[in-house]
Amino acid sequence: MSRIQGRFQQLAAERRRGLIPYITAGDPSLEVTLALMHELAAAGADVIELGVPFSDPQADGPTIQRASERALRGGTRLAAILDTVGRFRTTDPRTPVVLMGYANPVEAMGHEAFATRAAAAGVDGVLLVDLPPEESRGFVDQLAARGLDPIYLLSPTTTDARIAEIARLARGYVYYVSLTGVTGARHLQTADVASRMQVLRRHLDIPIGVGFGIRDAASAQAIAAVADAVVIGSRIVEEIEGSPPGEEVSRVGTFVRAIRQAIDAVPASA
Amino acid sequence: MQMYDLPDERGHFGPYGGVFVAETLMHALDELNEHYLRHRSDPEFMAELAWELRHYVGRPSPIYHARRWSEHFGGAQVYLKREDLNHTGAHKINNTMGQALLARRVGKPRVIAETGAGQHGVATATVAARYGLKCTVYMGSEDVKRQSPNVYRMKLLGAEVVPVESGSKTLKDALNEAMRDWVTNVADTFYIIGSVAGPHPYPMMVRDFNAVVGRECIEQMQELAGRQPDACIACVGGGSNAMGMFHPYIDVPGVRLVGVEAGGDGVATGRHAAPLSAGRPGVLHGTRTYLMQDEDGQILDTHSVSAGLDYPGVGPEHSWLKDSGRAEYVAIDDADALRAFHDLCHLEGIIPALESAHALAQAARMAPTMRPDQILLVNLSGRGDKDLNTVARLAGITI
Repeated sequence: MSRIQGRFQQLAAERRRGLIPYITAGDPSLEVTLALMHELAAAGADVIELGVPFSDPQADGPTIQRASERALRGGTRLAAILDTVGRFRTTDPRTPVVLMGYANPVEAMGHEAFATRAAAAGVDGVLLVDLPPEESRGFVDQLAARGLDPIYLLSPTTTDARIAEIARLARGYVYYVSLTGVTGARHLQTADVASRMQVLRRHLDIPIGVGFGIRDAASAQAIAAVADAVVIGSRIVEEIEGSPPGEEVSRVGTFVRAIRQAIDAVPASA
Repeated sequence: MQMYDLPDERGHFGPYGGVFVAETLMHALDELNEHYLRHRSDPEFMAELAWELRHYVGRPSPIYHARRWSEHFGGAQVYLKREDLNHTGAHKINNTMGQALLARRVGKPRVIAETGAGQHGVATATVAARYGLKCTVYMGSEDVKRQSPNVYRMKLLGAEVVPVESGSKTLKDALNEAMRDWVTNVADTFYIIGSVAGPHPYPMMVRDFNAVVGRECIEQMQELAGRQPDACIACVGGGSNAMGMFHPYIDVPGVRLVGVEAGGDGVATGRHAAPLSAGRPGVLHGTRTYLMQDEDGQILDTHSVSAGLDYPGVGPEHSWLKDSGRAEYVAIDDADALRAFHDLCHLEGIIPALESAHALAQAARMAPTMRPDQILLVNLSGRGDKDLNTVARLAGITI
């Protein structure tokens, strides 16, 4: 059983919802990233999504664009990100880590080399936002051969046929993007998300995490009531961006603990 | 010999092309593909497009035998396909006209575009005004500075011009931002991409709308010279004017297809915009193609005197034509492009766009090595009025 699967089974047994925070690796440095990962785990993260910065993050809004630029200016490289995950694993064997990013940096390393090194470092899943199922067959095989879960996005406009296709390939969990737009967008419509979850569950037997537009305890709670897990990215990156140097870890910890508390307050039967 | 029929159903040209976008855009692209394929085989739509190209754009554009310039080389005869004479001064309107008609047919009241030099932005703003569509153009803030006349043109035409401050603040970042707008406003917005780049169906669709150039060339060369050229030469940034000229010639034997990339300060310096000459394949802007990238797969900044060629990628079909050997690609640096720019002004009374000057410079390189009964056909893809400030500044003149 994969670490991600194990974590979601444990959550189901405890009748709790998952919390999946996102940070960009190397923002503001990989040293801080390592400390943030431990803090996220301590604050109640069930899966950590670790962003691999790319020069042209087309699916991201301004907040994560700026985080990627900061990370790249600091010289953050994919190989060093994998090393950072490896260091995290030496003291945290439990918290699943998913790398999230764009196809090109991974392709530049080579799909096979990347999968091998990611697995060795203790990565659990990989989500390449611009590598849809049609273009990812070979890559998925490389991941599967090393026990890594391919994570896919689903959107409000994904057709039933595509949901079924993605359900066939996806492992671990799927990431439902709750609105059309880029990361960091607002205007979350929780009623739409709820009705959409029913459609998705007809096709999917793995957990569904929901993200995009979740900014505070109230929106996290509303999503936790209908999804298996809540994904929060831009709002956490904003905490890092707005923090005086050296205070990133405590600020993010405080924010994520409040979200964790809000999610755990959702009645289990909901 | 099998007729050339790429791309395949999912937009692949061999290992290149495809659809590399986030799930949020998949449906919009599938829908666009469906709409486009339906209208491409709709005689009424194609007739309307042909009428607009004739009466609004001014097609067919002539081919001109540049006799004095040819004599100057003492070699091959150079003919120019005069896309600079189109309405708005470049080939770009062939495509924006097609896509705007499509936007109207599918009921989208708003169009958006990315632009580098501003030619595609102007061509989009023009057709948006022509059809009463709301128009937003994304332009890197660096390009806004160096192409200010085109920014004003777009505003005169009623478009909103949004300067893009992210990344290198040039064309590639404008494309990122336009994509972000599209994914957010997809319900009422049609994204008019300006080159044969981006995810399927754009490379195919933009090529098809520009292929009118090559089709006219085949007919006009027969009339003018009684035969087809020994080589077609066109500049390649994203590669739409080149693809438009090359595509109808792919199955014509004996015609060399020569794409000319921007060599900037020289390919050896690393300061250029020549991914086919000095890059390697990767994934950017929704497609797999040759890219300028570092060893970590991060996209590199590009350098060229011509804003319209300042792009780190290239249309995927060019990548395929390169690998398959059907087309060849070379780089011309800034200095040689400028020399050709001035020569054409002096010897033929034509001020070419700096982009097109790269293709002219390649003709200037090839012509002297060829016989006087041989023919080079250059796509003069745009006129140089927009570049007057750039050229004057390089000569130390303020206008």
